Amino acid sequence: MSINWFKYSSPQTFFPVAGKLALFFGALAIVACAVGLYLGFFAAPTDAQQGESYRIIFIHVPAAWMSMFLYVVMAFWAGIGLAFNTRLSGMMASAIAPTGALFTFIALWTGSLWGKPTWGTWWVWDARLTSELILLFLYFGFMALQAAIDDPRRADKAGALLALVGVVNVPIIYFSVQWWNTLHQGASVSLTKSPTMAATMLAGMLIMTFGFWFYGIAAILLRARCIMLERERVSDWASQYAKGAA
Amino acid sequence: MSWGSLGNFLAMGGYGLYVWGSYGATLVLIAAELILLARRKRSALGRIR
Repeated sequence: MSINWFKYSSPQTFFPVAGKLALFFGALAIVACAVGLYLGFFAAPTDAQQGESYRIIFIHVPAAWMSMFLYVVMAFWAGIGLAFNTRLSGMMASAIAPTGALFTFIALWTGSLWGKPTWGTWWVWDARLTSELILLFLYFGFMALQAAIDDPRRADKAGALLALVGVVNVPIIYFSVQWWNTLHQGASVSLTKSPTMAATMLAGMLIMTFGFWFYGIAAILLRARCIMLERERVSDWASQYAKGAA
Repeated sequence: MSWGSLGNFLAMGGYGLYVWGSYGATLVLIAAELILLARRKRSALGRIR
């Protein structure tokens, strides 16, 4: 049996699938965030050192993880588009960038609001914070570059180069707390060591991560649908969908 | 974790500004993204018709 990997790489077949998946993941996101917030605010205990300020963790860490993860996924699709010249890959990469930038901004914003009471400063130019800020600029640069090029296929190619070169920043963010002496703390959760926090805190954080992940998938698919309609507006399937939606 | 009263919950042990400033901004940004997506879809459909 051979699988046709390219079946869903045409916007026409992917458009309705993306709509259903967006609804599904949107619903999952609501459930996960409701459970995660309940655990975070009503099950997790007060932190012995930081008091209640640590409760920012339930959005800060998931947003920071998503900001890095989405960048890698964006670069992956951009690279696939560059290698196979599939239309949908470039659309996916473009669809990811704004949501990735959103999570990056949330990570920086909540980190700043967490830093003030715990470190005594809103911002320091340490390696973790600076490399995360560079990630935000990479997302903005990708979006600005694509917006500046009229031909979408050329915009995809130029954006893909930027996205792929920028991937080098992701391990720098992740390992920055080991490689340099940073004010930002090291990882509390890793694959190799047991986590250094209470079980309910960890559960809340992980479930919020899934909530953000599912939200990200839903938002990205909704944006991908917009991009498909914009780029394929002269096609039969798009005009038929527009008639049905009217 | 029992907060006792709504006031205690909102005060967040004196860190209310920081905690709710984080959650509020996140909520506003996510709402804004969804509104922008709905508008983008409407304008994309408008250009097809």
